[in-house]
Amino acid sequence: MATIYIDNKPYVVKDGQNLLHACLSLGFDLPYFCWHPAMHSVGACRQCAVKQFRDEKDTKGKIVMSCMTPAAEGTRISIDDPEAMEFRASVIEWLMLSHPHDCPVCDEGGECHLQDMTVMTGHNYRRTRFPKRTHRNQDLGPFINHEMNRCIQCYRCVRFYCDYAQGRDFNVFACHHAVYFGRHRDGVLESEFSGNLIEICPTGVFTDKALKRHYTRKWDLQTAPSVCVHCGLGCNTIPGERYGALRRILNRYNGEVNGYFLCDRGRFGYEFVNSGQRVRTPLMKNNETGALEPATKGDVIERLSHILYFGANVIGIGSARASLEANFALRALVGPDRFFVFDETRRRLMATMIGILKSGPARTPSMKDVASSDAVFILGEDVANTAPMLALALRQAARQRPMQDVAKLKIPLWDDTAVREVIQGEKGPFFIAAPHATKLDDVATETYHAAGEDIARLGFAVAHELDPAAPPVPDLKEEALLLARRIALFLKGARRPLVVSGMSGTSDSLLRAAGNVAWALCKTGHDAALCFTTDECNSLGLGLLADLGDGYVSDIGKAFALAEKGKLDAIIILENDLFLREDISRVERFLEGCGHVIVIDHLFSRTTGKADIVLPAGTFAESDGTFVNNEGRAQRCFQVFVPEGDIQESWRWVRDALNAARRPIQWRTFDDVVAAMAGEMQQFEAVAEIAPPAGFRIAGQKIPRQPHRYSGRTAMHAQIDVHEPKPPDDADTPLAYSMEGFEGIPPSALVPRFWAPGWNSVQSVNKFQEEVGGPLRGDDPGKRLIEPTGGKEVPYFHEVPGAFVPRKGELLIVPLYHIFGSEELSVLSPGIAGMAPHPYLALNPFDAEGLGMNAGDEGEVVISGNTYRLPITLMASLPQGVAGLPSGLPGLRGIVFPAWAKTGRAT
Amino acid sequence: MERPLTENIRSDGQPVGIEEYEKLGGYQATRKALGGMSPQEITAAVKNADLRGRGGAGFPTGIKWSFIPMGDAARHPKYLVCNADEMEPGTFKDRLLLEGNPHQLIEGMIVSGYALEADLAYIFLRAEYTLAAKRLGQAIAEAYAKGYLGRRILGSDYSLDLRLHLSAGRYICGEETALLNALEGKRAIPRAKPPHPQTSGLWGKPTIVNNVETLSNVPHIVDRGAEWFKSLSHTDCGGTKIYGVSGRVKRPGLWELPMGTPAREIIDLHAGGMRNGYGFRGVIPGGASTEFLLEEHLDVRMDFDSLPKAGSRLGTGTMIVLDDKTCPVGMVLSLETFFARESCGWCTPCREGLRWVVQIIDAIEKGEGAGEDLDILEGQCRLLAPGHTFCALAPGAVEPLQSALKYFREDFERHIKEKGCPWR
Repeated sequence: MATIYIDNKPYVVKDGQNLLHACLSLGFDLPYFCWHPAMHSVGACRQCAVKQFRDEKDTKGKIVMSCMTPAAEGTRISIDDPEAMEFRASVIEWLMLSHPHDCPVCDEGGECHLQDMTVMTGHNYRRTRFPKRTHRNQDLGPFINHEMNRCIQCYRCVRFYCDYAQGRDFNVFACHHAVYFGRHRDGVLESEFSGNLIEICPTGVFTDKALKRHYTRKWDLQTAPSVCVHCGLGCNTIPGERYGALRRILNRYNGEVNGYFLCDRGRFGYEFVNSGQRVRTPLMKNNETGALEPATKGDVIERLSHILYFGANVIGIGSARASLEANFALRALVGPDRFFVFDETRRRLMATMIGILKSGPARTPSMKDVASSDAVFILGEDVANTAPMLALALRQAARQRPMQDVAKLKIPLWDDTAVREVIQGEKGPFFIAAPHATKLDDVATETYHAAGEDIARLGFAVAHELDPAAPPVPDLKEEALLLARRIALFLKGARRPLVVSGMSGTSDSLLRAAGNVAWALCKTGHDAALCFTTDECNSLGLGLLADLGDGYVSDIGKAFALAEKGKLDAIIILENDLFLREDISRVERFLEGCGHVIVIDHLFSRTTGKADIVLPAGTFAESDGTFVNNEGRAQRCFQVFVPEGDIQESWRWVRDALNAARRPIQWRTFDDVVAAMAGEMQQFEAVAEIAPPAGFRIAGQKIPRQPHRYSGRTAMHAQIDVHEPKPPDDADTPLAYSMEGFEGIPPSALVPRFWAPGWNSVQSVNKFQEEVGGPLRGDDPGKRLIEPTGGKEVPYFHEVPGAFVPRKGELLIVPLYHIFGSEELSVLSPGIAGMAPHPYLALNPFDAEGLGMNAGDEGEVVISGNTYRLPITLMASLPQGVAGLPSGLPGLRGIVFPAWAKTGRAT
Repeated sequence: MERPLTENIRSDGQPVGIEEYEKLGGYQATRKALGGMSPQEITAAVKNADLRGRGGAGFPTGIKWSFIPMGDAARHPKYLVCNADEMEPGTFKDRLLLEGNPHQLIEGMIVSGYALEADLAYIFLRAEYTLAAKRLGQAIAEAYAKGYLGRRILGSDYSLDLRLHLSAGRYICGEETALLNALEGKRAIPRAKPPHPQTSGLWGKPTIVNNVETLSNVPHIVDRGAEWFKSLSHTDCGGTKIYGVSGRVKRPGLWELPMGTPAREIIDLHAGGMRNGYGFRGVIPGGASTEFLLEEHLDVRMDFDSLPKAGSRLGTGTMIVLDDKTCPVGMVLSLETFFARESCGWCTPCREGLRWVVQIIDAIEKGEGAGEDLDILEGQCRLLAPGHTFCALAPGAVEPLQSALKYFREDFERHIKEKGCPWR
């Protein structure tokens, strides 16, 4: 700790910080632009100037940039010094010389860091009469709007895009006052993190193009803390709603999870909530026509009552994209032995994964831990497409080893330019073994492209090299053996080695191999982390809920078997399109043999098309719920707005069904369900502590979902009724559908938006943190449900698979993941749909040659009786004998990977 | 009067070739240094000689060198970079050395490189210096052919490669850290110090950047000793200095003179005084980014320590004379236009402030000046101060403006009052 003096008062600050960081953490309002807590200092904008004094006797002092000056012991500065204040106001005056002053028509208006800083410095009069410089704007694709005239040249965009996220199609061009930030020419931004430019940019140069289509000011948005539902990482988000439609998603800082950033799928994938695919009323099948028709809630409940009260044999199918509470409710309704989750493959993978995490000594890392790992080994996972924000964290991990050299030169780690200068192209040990080239390969020190079995064998070999007690790999090729030795050597030499694998490899051998590597490191005294990706927002939660280790809960395949025996009176399907999960013809047969099919979901799907009853569920934005991310962190997601009509949370539909079945249940509120779950299932004890209960009040007040400047309250429903309606009650949470309530900083899990006096932009997050860039006040939200047992005695896995052997006349079809397209919900956002690839079949060029096919030819592939005709794409990194199909694209759904398939020219 | 730097430069405009250079005693310093001196002895000699950087800042060269890590502790490769990006308006002294005696510079780099244990040396040359590029290229090839460069120079254990790099052409490349970025192929933006290039320079490795004239002095110091070098100077700062004069004088040009020669002697004696019909109004003593001096200041010694007392800087030591038939506002506008255009665009005060300054002076020169313009200009001069900006470009840029506002204020006021330039 160091004592520094600010305007002659002593303050104790952490060692190794710069003055700006220290001042902001102490709560001072010191303006800045180019500095960013995740990207640190470069000294470009000169906005954070303060006066520094040599000692107590120095009265003259000199202007320094606080971001570039260490907060060393005894440092004396003045923020209020008149010369420093004049200089800071001058910086705004300079920046404003060419700024268009178009706040009223700028999408950033009202949440603009430039506005805030302008007010903070006191600059208010324009002294120039000369023309402003102007620029031509670019079309940057469906997500980002570009308005360069507003630019104040803080360089944050290019530092984020090129340095932090390592995108290559964006840069700074020209010099002096003509400096220009954009692409070399118009075109879609290639980085999957481009949306962060919206929050990185301190003014309105990069704004949200999706928001623009249904624009609402920040002060008019009703918001609540939420969790992203588009992959298994559980990034924290702030969705904003107006007039019953979701308008945008912003980052919700969580120091352990997503930090300051989101991926574009998470940011722009929300539009399924507003889509025409939504189920908005209860529907029942007309027994005469066979068509689904809208029904009243009462009629539906009555029908349910018949089905469930008299139905002896009712099963439920849970969902990895529904909350723990919804799944728990359904499990309670049908009984644990009639509750089915996952398809066969996922069930197997999840059981293996949970087993490894629960029984072994390796800890699951948070994304913050991932970013600080100094050696990485990825097995079989295309992280950039399956868990994009993890890829962003891994990109930072690749710098950690070289950063240790920087520290030796006594260069402060916040001096970003100097740090990058020393690091140059150096990267830490970073090994990627994947079935094909991935977007993360550019940070890898070595890559290994092979079939899943061979990647698993490499992993087993690495574990054996680390600890001879781990099983050896018979008949390993020398190339792989030498690589395994190198990987083992570098992992051993690291302070915080990390092993990454996940579900997308569809192989439990891979997971076991990853487990062996992490365990071998732990057993030989290394602090190794083991990160598994999961495919949906609550995959791990569902896995824990279904207690897969036990084995009595079964997957959908078991449900199919039951149906074949003809015993099912009804099936209740929770937030799930079974046609995505299993082979289409099997699902068809299954649903036909199911008696009554009841679907609780928010979207129409092929499954709802087969239903007798469809119950309109709330999406994540219309429900409260708990999701468990891949780290094992349970996180609460709060209702952002009350859905229209009869739409309600899935757990409420299940509760209604329970009541209809005359099994009355005392769940009145969300907390009741949580309490029941935490009481019944030990693994979920902590879930009740994630966020304060509904009765929580601060000074007797709830926390308002609407900002203090929310406009139109008395007018927005005036076309229906001139009387202002009573705001909806929220019995489930401490949040209120009101602009009235507690205006200060609530507990971290309940922060509905970042906004602080004088800080209207997203940068106001500074005020919500213990220290800037550190945890939120009261610690980052979420509770970890899985901790390593410390059991060093856990036995290694010995099931080393044989090497991959290509087949004659058949190719092994593996899934290829696309950040835009492979995920079911986000692809309903128009912007994301536009970025999704067209279906294709990827072949190794040698295999293509063997089949007499070229790129662009129409190929034919037959997978379990279904024929797919697709254009051929050549992918040199695919191993011979392996072909790839994009996962989850419309038209390619319901394929069970991996699959051996006959492939040839379309006939 | 000894003129070690320029005495061998031929009057026919041809460069000194390698044979001629050797015949004139060239590469003796290389033999002496590599044949028996330790790197520390050379650095000590340079330090004792009071050689100060001739690029404009005047930092003692030996002290600069002493900060570079040596021996086993040093990270390699280590670099020596010659800053030959001479682009300061009014300055053409390095050009003379580059075109006239390229081997002198190359030898300076070999000896300096040896003193620094450098592995690789670069000459970063202004792209417009095409003749210098041609001659340097040839001289480097000659030096390689004779074993002065490359592996195991002259049979010693020391190896050095020397590469010539042509700048893509920005004034800011003359700033040593921007030069390093440019050399790395990045945008030519200065870097913050610390870390200094000695710690993290080219590609993050220990690096020394020296000016052409500085490095050209090194062989002579090694050859003839620090005491001799100091004796060349009129002042505490060792050696000779190449001074230059441009503007409406009788004989514009360059002269190698003892360091500390008074400005009046240079202008009146060597440059022959003002051309007939023109009177002396003022002079910018050291390239465009220094403050004006008036007649009353001309007895000042032209060296790094004396000029600040007169309110200016030695800079590059090449003067631009303002005569009484030239509009000072127009002259300052021309200078500021250059600086505003050459701003790299990294920091706000320089990027925006200099443009505003140009807009205002341009308006004044066109007769569109307004009453508050001079206050704004004075304010900008104060705000664009060292430490306020990221590098020295903007503070240097406002030096001529600041002094012009002081010394030629009535000219600015007349422009505003008479709504036009009185010289037109």
